[in-house]
Amino acid sequence: MKGYGHTAATLLFLTGLGILLIAILQALPFGLAPMQVGQAIVAAAPGDTGADNIVTAILLGYRGLDTLGEVTILFVAAAAAGMVLGGASRGGAQAENAGFILHSAAYLLFPFLLVLGAYIVLHGHLTPGGGFQGGAILAAAFFVPVLASPASPFNHRTAMLVEGFAGAAFIMIGLVSLVGSDAFLTPFFGKGEAGALFSAGSLPLLYLAIGLKVGSELAGLMARVSGAEAGA
Amino acid sequence: MSTGAVLYAGAIGLFLIGCYAMVAERHLIRNILGLVLVESGVNLLLVAVGFRENAAAPILKAGQSAGMMVDPLPQALVLTAIVIGFGVLALALALVVRVHQAYGTLDTREVARLMRVEREASGPGAAGPRAGAKS
Repeated sequence: MKGYGHTAATLLFLTGLGILLIAILQALPFGLAPMQVGQAIVAAAPGDTGADNIVTAILLGYRGLDTLGEVTILFVAAAAAGMVLGGASRGGAQAENAGFILHSAAYLLFPFLLVLGAYIVLHGHLTPGGGFQGGAILAAAFFVPVLASPASPFNHRTAMLVEGFAGAAFIMIGLVSLVGSDAFLTPFFGKGEAGALFSAGSLPLLYLAIGLKVGSELAGLMARVSGAEAGA
Repeated sequence: MSTGAVLYAGAIGLFLIGCYAMVAERHLIRNILGLVLVESGVNLLLVAVGFRENAAAPILKAGQSAGMMVDPLPQALVLTAIVIGFGVLALALALVVRVHQAYGTLDTREVARLMRVEREASGPGAAGPRAGAKS
C-alpha cells in the first residue's frame, strides 16, 4: 500500500536526521557555552550602554539595525496577512458574543493588562522583558475584548496610525545619533545611573517605540484574522 | 540523565516531531503546527547551547558586576527568531483562511485535487487561477 510506504520513508528519514543531530550535539558539551563573544559582550555591555539587561543591550545597543530589520519583517508579515485576508469577510455572519463571565473579565482585565504591558516595555533595560514582550501584552489587552464581543468594532485606523508613528519614531531616534557624527542608532543621552528608570540613554525610547509598534501590529493582525474567520 | 541531555533530547524531539507533522500530515493546520514545533526545537537548542554551569541570568542586579553569566547572545537571537516566527505563523494562518474560503477544505490532497480539476476545467489558454474566488 502506497500510504504505508510513504509513512515508513518519512520515519526512516526522521530517524536518520535524529541520529545525525545527536552525533552533532555530542561535540557540543552542555554548560560550557563555547562561544567567546558572549562573555566579551557581558564584560563590555554595562560600560558601553548602561543597560542592566544585557539582552536588551545586545538587541538595541549592538544590533539596533538588526532589530529595525526584525520590526520591518513583522510589519511586512502583518501587511501581507492583511492583504491576503483583505476585506473579504466584511458583512459576514458575526460570531455570537461570549458569555457573561468572559465578557466582564475581558473589560476587568483591560486596565491591568495595559499597566503590566507598559511596565514591561518601560523596564526593558532593567528587568526581563522589553518592547516585544510588553507589546504582546498590550496587544492582548486590546484583543481580549474583541474576543469577548466580536461585534465590537476594532479601530484599525488608530492601530495603523500608532504603528506608523512608532516605526517612524524608531528611525528618527536612529537618525538623531547621526547628528553627533556617531553611527546610525548609536545610543545617546549618556548612560545615566545603572538601575535607574532613566538610564541607558536612548534604549528605553527605542523599546517604547517597539512596544507601541508591536502592540498595535499584533492587535490589528489578530483582529483581522478573527474577523476573517467569523465571516468565513 | 543530566540536564543537558534532557534539554538536547527535548530540542531534537521537538524538531523531529515538527518535521514529521510537516511531511506526513495532510491537514494544513497540522503542517503549520509542525513548523511551530520545529521553531521551538531550534530556539530551545540555541538557548541551551548558551547555558553555563552555575551562571546567573544576563541581567545585572544593583551593585553586582559582570561575573559568571549565561551567554546573552543566543537569547537575543532567539528573541528575534520568536518574533519572526510569529510573523511567519500569522501569514501562514491568513493563507490557510483563504484556502478554506476558496476550497472549503484544509486537506492538502483534497485541495490539490480541486486545483487540478479547476485547471483542467479552465483548459489551456483560458484565464489563469480564478482571482478572488468566491468569498
